[in-house]
Amino acid sequence: MDLPSDKKEITKLQELTYELKIEDAMSRNVFTVSPDASMADFREVLRANRISGTPVMEDGKMVGIVSIEDLIKSLAAGQLQLTVRERMHPKPVTLYADEPLVHAVARFSELRFGRFPVINRAGELVGIVTQGDIVRTMLKRLEISYRAEEIHRYRASHIFEDIIADEMALVFGYRVKPRDFGHAGEASSGLKRTLGRLGIHPSIIRRVAVATYEAEINIVVYSDGGEIVAEVRPDRIKIEALDKGQGIPDIEQAMQPGWSTAPDWVREMGFGAGMGLPNIKSCADVMKLESTVGVGTHLTIIIYLDRVSPGRSAG
Amino acid sequence: MKLSEVLQVIEGKVISKDVDLETEVTSGGGADLMSDVLAFAQDDMLLMTGLTNPQVVRTAEMAGTAAVVFVRGKIPPPETVALAEQKGIPLLASRYTMFETCGRLFKAGLPAHGLFELTVRRWHDSFEGTE
Repeated sequence: MDLPSDKKEITKLQELTYELKIEDAMSRNVFTVSPDASMADFREVLRANRISGTPVMEDGKMVGIVSIEDLIKSLAAGQLQLTVRERMHPKPVTLYADEPLVHAVARFSELRFGRFPVINRAGELVGIVTQGDIVRTMLKRLEISYRAEEIHRYRASHIFEDIIADEMALVFGYRVKPRDFGHAGEASSGLKRTLGRLGIHPSIIRRVAVATYEAEINIVVYSDGGEIVAEVRPDRIKIEALDKGQGIPDIEQAMQPGWSTAPDWVREMGFGAGMGLPNIKSCADVMKLESTVGVGTHLTIIIYLDRVSPGRSAG
Repeated sequence: MKLSEVLQVIEGKVISKDVDLETEVTSGGGADLMSDVLAFAQDDMLLMTGLTNPQVVRTAEMAGTAAVVFVRGKIPPPETVALAEQKGIPLLASRYTMFETCGRLFKAGLPAHGLFELTVRRWHDSFEGTE
């Protein structure tokens, strides 16, 4: 079952960055400012339109770009009367509308800018693109309507799922309620479905699902509530299970297969036989367990997407 | 082995709706401890268990098992059946004990998984030098 080490799995997400063009993700409604506007005027443009940066246009030509960071610097220096021309960055780096989206992704990670103006081959400004635009577009294509469907669905059962764009990582968060065995597993189930839609390899999804499920059961059983946060990057999935509660006095002991402090009601549910943490360890490439008695527990699980686990055979 | 053959071998019944009896199971495993199931289950496995709460279905979902057989004539509560139908995991029932149900299927050619990997190393450490 071992994958050849030189053959990396290309996820649907990565595929999409080649299929889609920048114009598919960019915002066409571009707000601009004149170089002669004051930074105070610029602040109003940002505030009125709920944006964080704009191209600077003079006589129909783009002469610079200015962002909320420049505004903050002006504010700090008490220089709101300065013109945009004095604070803008001239000769902005642009992207072409018909370039594949992967070029934009590469530029964002290389230059760490918040946005790029998008031009056509005639050099005319036709849009602006942020990392949030890219993530939203790709998730929409994958039919992960997290805001509409997932959150709505989980709100009913007091579990929410959220997703935020942080560079090119996708972050999914789930709340887990204590002692609620009826809903235990919903976070893991939601994460499993989402990873399936992202095109992650089934053997990887299995390991993530099993490890997350055991972690979720532990939060339900042993804590006063917590959350599970899954961060998906092209090279790895990191799952963090954080809870408030009694904590674990002796982690080494807790890691021993068969060691358990579970009460009877947990055992009646088919859990609490002391295999949860060993199970998580066998699924994880990296597992870190930190706990403070009386405060809570922080479990970190990392599963790499481009290699088969040393601990457990795939499939 | 198809679910239709499983039903014949264990003289079982289908519990959940819309079960495709052509579904293939490639191996079998039995346990009442869900963490143990999570540790040894493989894709397309048939799970035998005496536990009937909804976490059985969750476990089957996470572990990728193809179907669940409830042994010892136990019939799961409606919430377990409802979750299974929602997740598309077929539920079957057997009047026989765990050992009998598993034994019949094993004899009929449904493979098992052999060693329990999670404790293999410890087993070796425990008994090394004593034989």
